[in-house]
Amino acid sequence: MKTLNDLRCGVTAKVLDIKGEGALKRHILDMGVTRGTPVTVKKIAPLGDPIQISVRGYDLSLRRADAGLIAVQ
Amino acid sequence: MKKINIALAGNPNSGKTTVFNALTGGNQYVGNWAGVTVEKKSGKLRSDKNVTVTDLPGIYALSPYSPEEVVAGSFLLGEMADEKPDVIINVIDSSNIERNLYLTTQLADTGIPVIALLNMIDISQKRGDKIDPKILSAELGLPVFEASALRGKGLTDAVNAAKNAAAAKASPGISGHRIVNFSPEIEDAITRISKIIKNHVTSDKPVRFYALSLFEKDSLTADKLGLNETERAKIESIVKETEILLNDDSESIISSQRYDRVSAILTSCYEKGGKKSATDVIDNVVTNRFLALPIFAVIMFLVYYISVTTIGTIATNWVNDTLFTEIIPPAVTNGLESAGASAWLVSLIVDGIIGGVGAILGFLPQMAVLFLLLSLLEDCGYMSRIAFILDRLFRKFGLSGKSFIPFLVSTGCGVPGIMASKPIEDEKQRRITIMTTTFIPCSAKLPIIALIAGAVFGNSAWIAFSAYLAGILSIIVSGLILKSTKALKTKDMPFIMELPAYHVPRAANILNHVWIQLRAFIIKAGTIIFLASAAVWFLSSFGVENGRFGMVDADFSFLADFGKIFAPIFIPLGFGQWQFAVSSLTGLVAKENVVSTLAVLFGTSESGLGTHVNVLFSAAHVYAPAAAYSFLLFNLLCAPCFAAIAAVNREMGSAKWTMITLLYQTGFAYIVSLAVFQIWSAAAAIF
Repeated sequence: MKTLNDLRCGVTAKVLDIKGEGALKRHILDMGVTRGTPVTVKKIAPLGDPIQISVRGYDLSLRRADAGLIAVQ
Repeated sequence: MKKINIALAGNPNSGKTTVFNALTGGNQYVGNWAGVTVEKKSGKLRSDKNVTVTDLPGIYALSPYSPEEVVAGSFLLGEMADEKPDVIINVIDSSNIERNLYLTTQLADTGIPVIALLNMIDISQKRGDKIDPKILSAELGLPVFEASALRGKGLTDAVNAAKNAAAAKASPGISGHRIVNFSPEIEDAITRISKIIKNHVTSDKPVRFYALSLFEKDSLTADKLGLNETERAKIESIVKETEILLNDDSESIISSQRYDRVSAILTSCYEKGGKKSATDVIDNVVTNRFLALPIFAVIMFLVYYISVTTIGTIATNWVNDTLFTEIIPPAVTNGLESAGASAWLVSLIVDGIIGGVGAILGFLPQMAVLFLLLSLLEDCGYMSRIAFILDRLFRKFGLSGKSFIPFLVSTGCGVPGIMASKPIEDEKQRRITIMTTTFIPCSAKLPIIALIAGAVFGNSAWIAFSAYLAGILSIIVSGLILKSTKALKTKDMPFIMELPAYHVPRAANILNHVWIQLRAFIIKAGTIIFLASAAVWFLSSFGVENGRFGMVDADFSFLADFGKIFAPIFIPLGFGQWQFAVSSLTGLVAKENVVSTLAVLFGTSESGLGTHVNVLFSAAHVYAPAAAYSFLLFNLLCAPCFAAIAAVNREMGSAKWTMITLLYQTGFAYIVSLAVFQIWSAAAAIF
């Protein structure tokens, strides 16, 4: 299954599902990363982690491990 | 006139602070929300003193997870001792409207009237965005006002609407207005949950809000309402049933449907402009793969150069060395002596109080410069980029990328260094930063390094280098230790951070921020340092000599007695002579005192002290450098000076955590010095 972590820079994909639970999952949802939302990977930090994505018209940074919880299409 | 409470709620970076400053002017009260280190700001409305405005912390949602969200939620639901707000002004960043309106949908569910303020409308218009406020207002069912708090536009109408809404509100009842109607399956579940909890909720509280929280598996709400086991089980089965029906988990369903509703509303009244934002252009350079680190290094060099090397230190040195050494003490001494004050009174006022209080005031210029620079970095949006660039490196040690600044500043002085930890959002990372930042040798510790380097190491420059290295290693080791403790475990801490749009910093906000920080430090630190300095002064000036109590030389003071009791503790570390114990104690007032106290106690000048210490250690130990280095390490790593302790206390927001910090630092210093001395002398004996 493909996750947000597998996307290359500049690629846009739709969110399928969010794994995990509790605070982490809720925070991802609250920030607007919900099922069906298009997200674009914009940049990778100079040290290789975290990544910067664009969602709902703004920019969000999240770690690769957390990006791996977000299944995309 | 009826008193009205307005709550300001909104996302971080929505310009809420600017709105708050514009509404309240200088009439602000800043404190903490009960029980947490989240800042609470309130003030009286400039144009009407009957109106109190409370600035809630910036939040993305009313979820039950971050302390900011919990505090904001409890306040809006009237669960705190504070008066419940009559009306909410929801500050919305117009240039990031979709995510901002998500919170609006939750605010409406609290049952408090909401006024929507489309802030930063000028920025959004410049980008070419088109918003129709009339349609938006009709769709939300809320009054909507366009505003630019920065330019002072549009606030008056919103405040008047808020006052009207507060006045019109039918006594204690709550408004049943809602923005989101969920799908029938969910509305059915909410109705069923509402029936179960009805008897636990008073009429002035929003049943729907609590029912929704319970549907989203918020156990905090179940505890708050005092639900029994049967009720909890019933709710759980309703949630499970609905989840199976909709084939998704309850939190995802609710968030998705809220966002879907927001998107639907925006389709009817909003058009995004096509212009490429300046933020993307800046980020292409500033967080570029190759340029990010060099640019970061240059910016940090400037921060260090301005606040530590030049302006900050020049001003601080003038206050310390001229104002509180050459000008005020002689003047006060002369004044007191000519008024016929007794010697002990002169000593208390000049050495104890002016000396101690002067030590805090000396930090103020440096702190002011530093806070100014930090506010600039934060207000313009660069601070988040620092966390983005450095996260990978620092998170291994339980720290944030933003911890770099406290460590850097602490090479100059630990007090502003500790306070520079404020921008770190995560409480655990902030605590670990505060607990470790004073391991970096500050400028006041340099005389100790110079003394030991000169006494036993032939002034080798490697000693100073090794002191900084020891500081960095101590931070790394402590980070690893602390983050594995139960209270500071950061393993599961998500790092999901908005990278806000860059904007030009606002002078009024920055100056206000700097002033609030300084004032808080003067008040809080002033009391601790004042008392602590007076106590140390008393202990070092008074004692029993020849069976009589009175003012005595340092050798006979209570502090010396104290030192003699404590000295044996340091025998395993290689410096069991009582003079060393006493000097470490006076180092708590200011680390410069370590060297000057030793000089006094050994009855020698500071320049002759090195030889004295060398002779002393050589007589006591076969291998003197091990003992000397152990003494150096202990004083570098143990509890910092009172001013820094006061800063720790302020930033930790809890006496318990301050104690834990001091015990950890001193314990860590003891173990490190013990290990170094024992291993070094054992190795020296063998080779």
